[in-house]
Amino acid sequence: MQFLSYLINGISLGSVYALIALGYTMVYGIAKMLNFAHGDVIMIGSYVIFFAFSTFGMNPILSVILAMIVCTILGVTIERLAYRPLREAPSLAVLITAIGVSYLLQQVAQLLWSSNPKNFKSVVSLSPVTLFDGQLIISAETIVTIAVCIIIMIALTAFINHTSTGHAMLAVSEDRGAAQLMGINVNATISLTFAIGSALAAVAGALMCSSYPTLMPTTGSMPGIKAFVAAVFGGIGSIPGAFLGGILLGIIENLSKAYISTQLSDAIVFLVLIVVLIVKPTGLLGKKVNVKV
Amino acid sequence: MALLEVSNLGIAFGGLQAVAQLDLKIEKGHLYGLIGPNGAGKTTVFNMLTGVYKPTEGNIVLDGRDITGATPETISKAGIARTFQNIRLFNDMTVLDNVKVGLHNQVKYNMWTGILRLPAYREKEHEMDRRAMKLLKIFDLDKEANYKASQLPYGKQRKLEIARALATNPKLLLLDEPAAGMNPNETEELMQTVRSVRDQFGIAVLLIEHDMNFVMGICEEITVLDYGRVIAHGDGKTIRNNPKVIAAYLGGD
Repeated sequence: MQFLSYLINGISLGSVYALIALGYTMVYGIAKMLNFAHGDVIMIGSYVIFFAFSTFGMNPILSVILAMIVCTILGVTIERLAYRPLREAPSLAVLITAIGVSYLLQQVAQLLWSSNPKNFKSVVSLSPVTLFDGQLIISAETIVTIAVCIIIMIALTAFINHTSTGHAMLAVSEDRGAAQLMGINVNATISLTFAIGSALAAVAGALMCSSYPTLMPTTGSMPGIKAFVAAVFGGIGSIPGAFLGGILLGIIENLSKAYISTQLSDAIVFLVLIVVLIVKPTGLLGKKVNVKV
Repeated sequence: MALLEVSNLGIAFGGLQAVAQLDLKIEKGHLYGLIGPNGAGKTTVFNMLTGVYKPTEGNIVLDGRDITGATPETISKAGIARTFQNIRLFNDMTVLDNVKVGLHNQVKYNMWTGILRLPAYREKEHEMDRRAMKLLKIFDLDKEANYKASQLPYGKQRKLEIARALATNPKLLLLDEPAAGMNPNETEELMQTVRSVRDQFGIAVLLIEHDMNFVMGICEEITVLDYGRVIAHGDGKTIRNNPKVIAAYLGGD
């Protein structure tokens, strides 16, 4: 019963990683860059919810929607100002810029809201579910997190596979030049990718901070890095890969916290990544990258 | 007025003048060839016509509209489509979806109707499928519609690229070495396909090709480039007997 509880909590944590990893993997797939500022967008989104919900007493769902809007604008603006001018630049330049944007967001948050942790009030106000005569208690946050992640996954897959905009995204991810010559607006497609990724980041922030209620300017960085690991683990560029990688990572992290060592759990997560990459360098669901000659 | 009017077109990469003083006039429904030795600047011309490169001088006018220096997607919408020297299909997508990407700007529907699969989406999607299948049928690819593009044999991949380009509803189709790597039978078949495309769609075709039988066999008008400049222009017979062309291909002065 204990095990089941750890497992379910692991899936819930993994769902948050999966939502963040989706942002990483979509941006990588379509814009061919690693957006290391993605984790900090989550942090900004969480602050927006904190102020809207805890300080101004807004409806929790409306606060999350507000955060999604703010993050979408933020993500698209970052792309427009920082990454688009570097579209033809070497990938290292873009990577360093992304790290710079990440620190910029953290420092701005520290200036505005200080580095004192805020106590995030859960946006989920349902009561926990008790199973097996009280032997297994699952918090409402856990259930909502898993449910939201599954719904978003299904909607996103439908969007990519069944709309012409989704097909355009796939086309851009495969061959930007050829897609453009088919009349696809590449810049608009990349902006849309950032918009979707950032909106998902806001949702991830709401769910994560509801389960782990300490909010400070560095809140986004560790989950951001772990979600990046999840994306690589599942095969970067692959949407089902991000989902699978996120969930597995959450389970591994939670089980190693429970049965091995709390301090070592992060180390174990990264160890698993190293082993997977040695055995399958493209990640679990990753495809072989064809180098163009 | 001609469909495509190119005047004094040129591009320099740093100090290298890759193409200079190029004039082209392509009439509606014409089959037009652009030939020349390797490195003559033929693909560079295609890249300027489709907006991949911005010309440093001259003008490109399509159907009365100046498209000089416009972005590739604007030019695609204006009515120029192309294929590539080295095939550039969307390999992980199905044959049908490749053509549907080309139809992207032809059939529009709201994003939410797509996610929620509302009836309006199904209708549009059916229309897209119908149009895509019609194109595939012309190229005898309808049986492979659900294969991944990468699973097709080489010759069929070339055909699929043409089908995908036609899906954008062009007025002018640019084919970059369509017969490259094909055996004589396939080349013969391709000639018929290009002709029937012109007849069925009523579009003009500008093609780059090294296979002289192919070029002479179907092109009504040919321009020869060498070192980025036009050295000859005319029908197949004129070109074949032009001493400058012979010199460019065989060397000598």
